[in-house]
Amino acid sequence: MNASKSEPRQKGAPLLQIAGLKVDGFSDDRWHPIVKGVDLRLERGEILGLIGESGAGKSTLGLVAMGYAKPGCRITGGSVTFDGKDMLSLPEEELRLMRGSRIAYVAQSAAASFNPSHRLLDQTIETAVRHGLLGRRLAAARAVEMFGKLRLPRAAEIGFRFPHQVSGGQLQRAMTAMAMECRPDLIIFDEPTTALDVTTQVEVLASMREVVREFNTAAIYISHDLAVVAQMADRIMVLRHGIAVEEAPTRKMLAEPETEYTRSLWSVRAMSQAERPETDTHLSIEGLSSGYAKSVKVLDDVSLKVQRGRTLAIVGESGSGKSTLAQVISGMVPVWSGKMVFEGQVLPSGFRGRSRDLLRKIQMIYQSPDTALNPRHTVEEIIGRPLEFYLGLRGEERDRRVVELLDMIEMGSQFLDRLPGELSGGQKQRVCIARALAAKPSLVICDEVTSALDQLVQTEILKLLDTLQQELGITYVFITHDIATVRAIADQVVVMNGGKLVEQGSRAQVLETPQQDYTNLLLSSVPEMDPDWLTRLLAERRGGAIAAAN
Amino acid sequence: MTPAVTRRRRSWFSRLLKEMRHARFTAWFGVLVILAYAILALFAPQIAPYNEATVAGQPYMAWGGHFLLGTDQLGRDVLSRLIYGARNTVGIAVITTCLAFLLGGTLGIVAALYGGWLDQLCSRIVDVFMSIPSVIFALLFLSAFGSSIPNLIVTLAALDATRVFRLARAAAGNVVVMDFIQIARVRGESAVWLIRREILPNIMAPLIVEFGLRFCFVFLSIAALSFLGVGIQPPTADWGSMVRENAALISYGNITPLLPAAAIALLTIAINFVIDWYLYRTSGLRDER
Amino acid sequence: MTDVAEVPGRTGPGRQRAIVPLLGTVLQRLGLGLVTLFMVSIVIYLSIEALPGDFAQSILGRSASPETVEAYRQMLGFDRPPIERYLSWMAGAVHGDFGSSLTSRPGAVRAVSAIIGPRLYNTFFLAAMTAIIAVPLAILLGALTALYRGSFFDRAVNGLTLMTISVPEFFIAYILCYLVISKDMFAMTQLGQLLPSWLSSGIGSVLSLMPKLPTLAAINESTTIGERIWKLLLPSLTLTLVIIAHMMRMTRAVLINVLASPYIEMGRLKGLSSAWIVFKHALPNAWAPIATVVAFNLAYLIVGVVVVEVVFVYPGIGQLMVDAVRSRDMPVVQACALIFAATYIVLNLVADVIAIVTNPRLMYSR
Repeated sequence: MNASKSEPRQKGAPLLQIAGLKVDGFSDDRWHPIVKGVDLRLERGEILGLIGESGAGKSTLGLVAMGYAKPGCRITGGSVTFDGKDMLSLPEEELRLMRGSRIAYVAQSAAASFNPSHRLLDQTIETAVRHGLLGRRLAAARAVEMFGKLRLPRAAEIGFRFPHQVSGGQLQRAMTAMAMECRPDLIIFDEPTTALDVTTQVEVLASMREVVREFNTAAIYISHDLAVVAQMADRIMVLRHGIAVEEAPTRKMLAEPETEYTRSLWSVRAMSQAERPETDTHLSIEGLSSGYAKSVKVLDDVSLKVQRGRTLAIVGESGSGKSTLAQVISGMVPVWSGKMVFEGQVLPSGFRGRSRDLLRKIQMIYQSPDTALNPRHTVEEIIGRPLEFYLGLRGEERDRRVVELLDMIEMGSQFLDRLPGELSGGQKQRVCIARALAAKPSLVICDEVTSALDQLVQTEILKLLDTLQQELGITYVFITHDIATVRAIADQVVVMNGGKLVEQGSRAQVLETPQQDYTNLLLSSVPEMDPDWLTRLLAERRGGAIAAAN
Repeated sequence: MTPAVTRRRRSWFSRLLKEMRHARFTAWFGVLVILAYAILALFAPQIAPYNEATVAGQPYMAWGGHFLLGTDQLGRDVLSRLIYGARNTVGIAVITTCLAFLLGGTLGIVAALYGGWLDQLCSRIVDVFMSIPSVIFALLFLSAFGSSIPNLIVTLAALDATRVFRLARAAAGNVVVMDFIQIARVRGESAVWLIRREILPNIMAPLIVEFGLRFCFVFLSIAALSFLGVGIQPPTADWGSMVRENAALISYGNITPLLPAAAIALLTIAINFVIDWYLYRTSGLRDER
Repeated sequence: MTDVAEVPGRTGPGRQRAIVPLLGTVLQRLGLGLVTLFMVSIVIYLSIEALPGDFAQSILGRSASPETVEAYRQMLGFDRPPIERYLSWMAGAVHGDFGSSLTSRPGAVRAVSAIIGPRLYNTFFLAAMTAIIAVPLAILLGALTALYRGSFFDRAVNGLTLMTISVPEFFIAYILCYLVISKDMFAMTQLGQLLPSWLSSGIGSVLSLMPKLPTLAAINESTTIGERIWKLLLPSLTLTLVIIAHMMRMTRAVLINVLASPYIEMGRLKGLSSAWIVFKHALPNAWAPIATVVAFNLAYLIVGVVVVEVVFVYPGIGQLMVDAVRSRDMPVVQACALIFAATYIVLNLVADVIAIVTNPRLMYSR
């Protein structure tokens, strides 16, 4: 079956053709459309990028290409033709034999998609062996070879490990090897790097691209990040609310997007705010160490200064200690050693040691508005509580102030009686902002406040925060992993890695002329809106490595 | 705050009415049976033809005549004792379950919220009591302290409180890790506010379900203990002991002893039907696709 | 997945490291089980301290002289301090000696172990017989309803088990008894006469097809195994009905949970067959929770045994315990409670070990 594939393919007959596809999903006791008539055509060996925000129907579409409807979904119209076969009318048994061998799937969360009870190698070769395509020995040898191609460390041995014994990035590569095992004609990549840190993402992306190109495998690459898709795809399709908004070759799409919506997909990157002038120190942290459970040290000797009315961005990857730092400042995690000085006073470690007025002055906004709002409280109760609690407002005065705050976050009084479950993600985050503002704080800690949101909503929230800062003169400590967000909002930047402070300075200093290797690595790993970025970066890195070796 | 609360409460009630209109047959059946039992229990003296302890006729009289369901081994009216049994057995089970929830629920939420030594202590004690079937423990304690209604209530309530503690702690534990609890804590809110306003509204669904299931369990335990002769003591009418006292009739093909057992079964089935429907409605616990 | 043994490189990392952490974890669970048992024994022991001071007088009767009472107390060891008594009780219990029954009289000491011994065997026989029928059946039904959930079969089984869960054990027992007893005379019974004659004769003819199972499980030493099983059919059928519902529902819930895992969907997307997915991907991850479910439900079996033994007059430890509770014969009650507790703790321990052994996360460190 391999020999036939390496032969040159005749143009004209597409590998995959989807026409007028309609899919319904079941939620809230009724069916409603998720995909509303999408046409898609994929040639052999071609890579199509599928991009859109959450709920655009891109994962559903990817699975339908395999003739598979997610539980809770049903295909209501259109056709799916793969290699001349009508995927929607094929008997289940025939579909089953095509899945895994002719069309393979790479899922977003490799950690959840590998069975924890079996070794990686066994899961990798499973389809090939069960479908009778390869003998066990041959399949294992092929898997090991693919592990090597994907640059997994100790390729000959890693297959004998269980999923919990390897890292997330390695699992994602192993899953790619699993998909490649039968040398399929088509692979569906469903957000394969979304859960990874940027520095890991580069590596995984590079090895995936290499393998797919080497075997001339067609692929549908699904992502919400246009910059990532641009590295992989020949052609990109933008999906919104189940409709294809725009489709174009990658270069054309990036250079001259036709629709406003497509442009908004990288709107945060387009944002940039003028740097505010220097002011006096609002909060200073000196030699801070901290951690959990008295023995797990997370922060090691961190010193930094936050200036009044300006924004300090703390950047780092997962495990860098940036969120712990936020929690130490707000008093949820105690200080081990070192001290914090806030408005000229030493800030007590732990919120229990702080006065109510001090608690009022430092407010925090969380990453996930879903868990930050009590689902049983109305918007009015949520925003009103700090007013009662800190400022002692009652009755009409309180009600008036709640409406004022709702106006400030550009929501109206019609939201007073709503429960969080009745709001969109962006609205919830606005309510969180209003709750923080209700306390009349002087310092607000924003912990990844935009990372759970879609691009356009991110931009709106960042703009709102910026406006509020100008009006109220609040100081922000902005915790984030996203460099684009830093560019958009920060005055000063602190880079953290492994609990240590790597580099700090003004936005321009850190982002334009980084002094430390780690900062360089981090910044260069952020995908850019340039289809050649990954190729260039890899060449640079390899060149750098050769130079270093010499 | 008051207008908000009343508004929510009314919407809750209207939602219930709306739900009931679409409820399945089993749910309706369950609700009706529970209401019927409640009425029987509340108005037993008015409804029952005789007093529970009155010897009104000959022993083992047949069905019909003055005694619709015949008489028992002492000549007491079976129907009257069945009606009084609703009051005694159900009443004791309700008191026991409420006590268990008050004790176990409060401790469980506090343990989840504060952790530390209190949590450790309670959890270890609960571990020990959970490691034995509670009826066995009840038998042990009742033999040590003697069988009386207060002893029965306290023993079963204490044993069941351990189960409620587990559930309340687990349910509250899921809520306590949420950011909004952190936020309320760092705001400086008191423990009472945290429990009453932040945690409790979010764990009401599992607690209500647990209350129903616990009630059934307590109810069945009391019935089993009474059936074994160590629960509610005569002459108080009680369904469990009524089965035991008249069990001999079964060998004559007489179904009178099955009536109190059926009365127990009917109530627990009704409660389970209602819970099943409630679980189905509160979507979080639905297992359908 | 041990069938890849011929693949070269098999002796890679992981294999040898497996045993050490496993043994440690198992020993840790074992220790925890012992601690729990120890705590339970203290609670059980303390209950005897709650007996009123004049229990000896009340047992021997008002006419007993103070010397007799004192001799009785001494015989039972009540003249020694509590801790000493606990220690000697525990030391005895470890060797199977639970002291003397309160029904002992000076000169006629009745050892608790002698009373319990033969009955213990009877009870375990009944429990084992039930478990052998109920556990596989419950797991099978649970698996089937989980796989075909939402189907008519699922809903029917679900409704039936919901009912059997809600019903007291003695109700099931007596209904079964009633059916057996009235099988040849249903038309003559009071219910049969209430119903229209065509219906009662119809029911009667259906009932008469049933085997004439014994409704009393009276046995003695001379009862043969075959006879014993025959006599225990009705009790164990009752117990099976009692525990199967719980076990099946929980197995179903566990399996539905496992089947909702992303790796199960991945299996489908890899083109694996349904049977393969269930047996190779779902089951290995379901053993641990199923073992826990089984252990948990055997607690119901213990409680059920007590009731069912009383209904069928079966000379087991459950009936003994109930009799002892009524006569407040504390040493016997304690011994029974300790045996039930130990059984249950051991069962849970086994479930824990199964959970550890089937979980590679615990078997193989990073």
